Formats: sequence, C-alpha cells, structure tokens
Amino acid sequence: MAKVILENVSKNFGRVQAVKNFSLEVDDQEFLVLLGPSGCGKSTTLRMIAGLEEVTEGKIYIGDILVNDLPPRDRDIAMVFQDYALYPHMTVYQNMAFGLKLRKRPKEEIDRRVREAAEILGIQELLTRKPRELSGGQRQRVAVGRAIVRQPSVFLFDEPLSNLDAKLRVQMRAELSKLHNQLRTTIIYVTHDQVEAMTMGTKIVIMKDGEIQQVGSPMEVYNYPVNVFVAGFIGSPAMNFIPATLVQLEDGVWLDAGNFQLLLPPSKAERLQDLKERRVLCGIRPEHIQDKAFASKRPKGSTIEGIVEVVEPLGSEVFLSVRSGGHTLTARVDPQTRAKPNEKIELVLDTDRIHLFEQETQRRINTE
Amino acid sequence: MRSIASVVNRKSSPSFLKILRSRRYAAYWMVLPLFILIVGLVVYPFCYSLYLSMLNKSETKWVGLKNFGRLLGYGTFWLVVGNSFRFTLIAVFFKATLGLALALILNNLPLAGQRLWRGVSMIPWVMPLALSSLGWWWVFEPTHSAINWVLVQLGGTPKPWLSDPFWARVSTIVTNIWFGTPFFMIMYLAGLKSIPESLYEAAQIDGAGAVQRFRYVTLPMLSRLIAITVMFSTIVTFANFDIVRILTRGGPRYTTHLFGTYAFNIGIEAGHLPRGAAVALFMFPVLGLAAFFILRNIARGEE
Repeated sequence: MAKVILENVSKNFGRVQAVKNFSLEVDDQEFLVLLGPSGCGKSTTLRMIAGLEEVTEGKIYIGDILVNDLPPRDRDIAMVFQDYALYPHMTVYQNMAFGLKLRKRPKEEIDRRVREAAEILGIQELLTRKPRELSGGQRQRVAVGRAIVRQPSVFLFDEPLSNLDAKLRVQMRAELSKLHNQLRTTIIYVTHDQVEAMTMGTKIVIMKDGEIQQVGSPMEVYNYPVNVFVAGFIGSPAMNFIPATLVQLEDGVWLDAGNFQLLLPPSKAERLQDLKERRVLCGIRPEHIQDKAFASKRPKGSTIEGIVEVVEPLGSEVFLSVRSGGHTLTARVDPQTRAKPNEKIELVLDTDRIHLFEQETQRRINTE
Repeated sequence: MRSIASVVNRKSSPSFLKILRSRRYAAYWMVLPLFILIVGLVVYPFCYSLYLSMLNKSETKWVGLKNFGRLLGYGTFWLVVGNSFRFTLIAVFFKATLGLALALILNNLPLAGQRLWRGVSMIPWVMPLALSSLGWWWVFEPTHSAINWVLVQLGGTPKPWLSDPFWARVSTIVTNIWFGTPFFMIMYLAGLKSIPESLYEAAQIDGAGAVQRFRYVTLPMLSRLIAITVMFSTIVTFANFDIVRILTRGGPRYTTHLFGTYAFNIGIEAGHLPRGAAVALFMFPVLGLAAFFILRNIARGEE
C-alpha cells in the first residue's frame, strides 16, 4: 500500500535512450497500466521501479522512500514475469515460500501465508507439484501467488498474460481485476495489449519511443486521445484516419475529404472558428460508422458512399472494409447488414464522435 | 543401351535393391557402419581380453580365474587399486570445482572478452594429452624443472617432483586437473547460459543475495549437468594412461601406477599378457557402474 512517484526518470543503454524524462505519480491502490508497442520503454520503466535496471537520471520513490540505490529486495515490491520465472527445481509451495524463507520468517507464518495465497488463487491442490507438471494457466497463478505471499506494497506485472491462450487470457484478466479489488494494493502492469489495459486499468499510461503520450482513465484515453498515435493505438479495430480540409459554408463547418464531405455538428464547429481552410486529420472509430439501413439518425452531411471490399461477420457484429475515393474505412455495422463485396454501400458517420487532429503536429484539436 | 542395361540389372536383383530402398530397413543400414566399428573396436577386444585373461603366461593353457586370484593376493595390485581411486577422486573433484569456478568467472565477463578467454582456456583440453604430458614432464623433471627454479628464486628448496611418492602423485594429479578442467568449464558455461535470466531476477526480488542465488538457482539448475560430467570424467580419469606413463612410468615403486599403466606394465613390459588383461578387466565393474548412472541420468532427463 504505497504511492509510487517517478521524477524525470531516464534510462540510457549506451547511446540509445530507452526512457526519456519520465514523470508519473501512481496513487495508492491504483491499477496502473503502462501501455505501448514493443520497444517503447514500458518494460524498462517497470524494471527500473523493480530495481533490476539502474536509473540513468531522475528519482524513483516508493511510499515516500527514495529507492534509486536500494536493491530489489529492499523495495517492498513483488514482480510477476512474462515467462513466470518459477524455480523449476522447487515445488509450488517452495516457490511461494522462497521469499519468506530468505527473510527468515517463522515456519508457521510462512505456512499460513502460503496457504492463504493458495486459497485466494484456488491452487491448494497444486502445492506439492513442480512447475513442469502445471499448465500455463496454473503456472501463471503460482507466479501471482508467489507475489501475493510476500504482501508487498506494490505489485509489478511484466506482460504476465502474453503466454496464455486467448480464452485463458480473458479469464485471467477478470481474475486479476478481482484480485486487485481484494488486495487493495498498488499494481503497475505492463502490456502491449490495449484490451488488457482498457479492461483492467484504473489509469493508463500510453508510451511511445520512451516518452509518455497520455495518462488517463480508460474512457478518457478512448474518448479524448491527445494525438494520432494514442487514437490509433487504443481501440480495436483501429480508428480510421482521413486527411481533410475544414471549410466554412453558410450552413456550417464542413470537412472536405475530396470525394465526400461531412458537416460538423454546431457544437464542434463553434470551437473551430479560427481553423477554417486548415488541413486536418479526421479520425472516426469503426463503431461510429453504421450501415445507412440501420442508422438510428441520419443528420445532414453524415452520409458517405463507397464500395465494399471485405465483409467480416463476427456474429454479434460485422466488420466492413469500405473503399471510398482514396480512403479505406473500417466500419462496425449491424449484423443484419446486406453488404456484399464489390457492391455499393451507404454509410452514416456519427459526426458527434469525430476526432480532429492537426496534420503537422498530429495533436488533437479540442472540440469539446 | 544404358537404359536397357539398367532395366536388365533391375530385373536381375530386384529384391536386394528393394531392401536397400525400403524405409523400413533404412535405419538399419545407417547404423551399420557404427555397429561394425563398435563390434570391431569394443566388443571383440573385450571378449578377446576375457578369453586371454584366462590363459597361462605362454598362452598355451586354460587356467580359469587363476590370474584374477593371483592379482588379489599381490600387495602391489592393492596399491594400484588405492592409487586409481585416490587419483580419480581427487582429480575429478578439483576439475569439477575449478571448472565451475572458471565457468562462473567467464560467464560474468563482458561478451567481447568472453570469447577470447573461452578459447584460451580450452587450449589444455585440445592439445594432445601425450604432448602436454611431455611438457609437464619438462616442468617437473629435476634437472631442468621450471617449478624448482621458481622455488629457488623465491628462497625455497627444490622438490623431487617425480621421484618422491607424495610429490609424484601430486604431479600426476595436477597434470590431469590441468588437462581436464576445460572440459568441465565449457560444459558448465553452456549450462549457465541456458539458465533464464528472469530466474535470477525473481530471486533478487525474492531477496536472494549473490551467494543465495548461486545456492538456490545456479547449483540446482546445474545439478544434472554436474552429475553427468562428474560421472563421465570419472570414467575417463579412472582409465587414464598417458599422464602416468609419461611423467613417472608408475614409479617410484609403483606408487603412481593406475590400472591402465599397471596393465601395460605387466602385460607388455613384463610379458605376462593374460595377467595384464586381467588387471585391465578389473576396471570394468567401476566403469560399468559409472556408465549406468550416466545413462540413467540422461534417460531421466528425456522423460
């Protein structure tokens, strides 16, 4: 139970700067997710908090204590590794007890804490087994159990679910969320999977090239991405981006994308007075594009025409790949759509949900 | 013409070609050369030495187990037994310990230097043992002993390296350690490289210091490899011949003889071939036992 504070933290590997000037405050009991593509420095940041990598510059505090020069064992943390890092020659029980044994805790206390943790994770029956006799999901649980037993003030997770199959991953996601509610401890979780970040995190930090792009709650980063990178990284399938020009006409502000035009709702247009004739990047998520036949409302200037290229039925919804002029848009439409490849289709865009970005800086233009 | 000939040929020996080509027998054909080698170089000599060991000195009469019985009555034979076990135990222990220490040191060197030192430290092992033993003889031999020269320079007294029983034993063992350590080192180095880094990191977070990481991660992860290399080296060391033959010829007064050199001494030098064979055959139970443990260990690993 502790705050974690990073102040202007940097990490260099030779000439490569893996983490640049990283500042962040993690509140007590937060489930913080470090999210980004591989090589963005998220794992390095986590390993610096753990004490497995030295900090090149900056300060790291765990619970008000400056830990820069403390070895991992004195930082009051526990870590779950991507490959679980269970000791193969020890039983599950010994794996979980190892940390306490090294800290010379009395046998009865170790036994009680191991059994408690095993009960929380439902692995009581596995205590006498060796890691190689366990399935991937069971190993995962043991690795989490080893962390819980220590009762640290901060849990660090380094892509713990990436070695599990899809179904198990969904299950473990829910269990980790439950565990967080149960333990009420600070968790810092590294992943490249935006679904994990969205579903589990109470706060998400999106990183790219060693720098923080955005910090916010899952819905904040989904609804108000600060730049094109975040907008494209959060959400699946990814947001559509269309280069367009803002044009002021009598009836309002239009987005001119060449072969189609969209009328921005007045609320958005109001804030764009000084941006007329600007080249912008228009972003729209697939879930905000609907087959015209199923659209609940069709305001003026929200319809575009295109040719269907691919139809991907998923049962509960259908993904369409639609070509319109020079742009290909992904739309998530009603499952009863009659769209067929190479046929014409009319799509309605939810213009309230359009995001605008400056083309040069790729930054968000605030329209709310 | 050729096509006709081949057709005729195929017709003349179809069954042989078929067997040669059939997948079912392919495996047998492939192991055949090795099989012939093993029968010729191992099985036949072993059986022949069994037969030989039961003849009299002039190889004209069947004497049963008399040669073995005679040997058991010799004090010298028991001296050789003691020598062999002492030589093997001490040499293998130091080879394994030094090999592990060297491997740990090498593994912690920066990668660029590691390659060089790895190569350098393999030199004793890749040199022909007979030649390096001669080199060591040069080092120990009293008239131009380099060690004695160093001792004298440091103000000590020269030691009779090869003519005093104690020092002669030390000399042969040191030479064997020098020769065999790189084998252990390279095996342990490979073993160390296969231990995932995250295990050490997990141990570090669990609170393990350097000694505890060695005790709880490195050693257990290497234990099977240690067992196999020690057993393997026991076989090779126990059957050593070159070093003793070249450094001391078993002397002084049989105090450095091993089974191999003693068998040579009796069988070839003293001309009693059957009894020499009997000496050599006494090695069989020891080596067989070691081989059994190795194979069992390997088989377990494959489970």
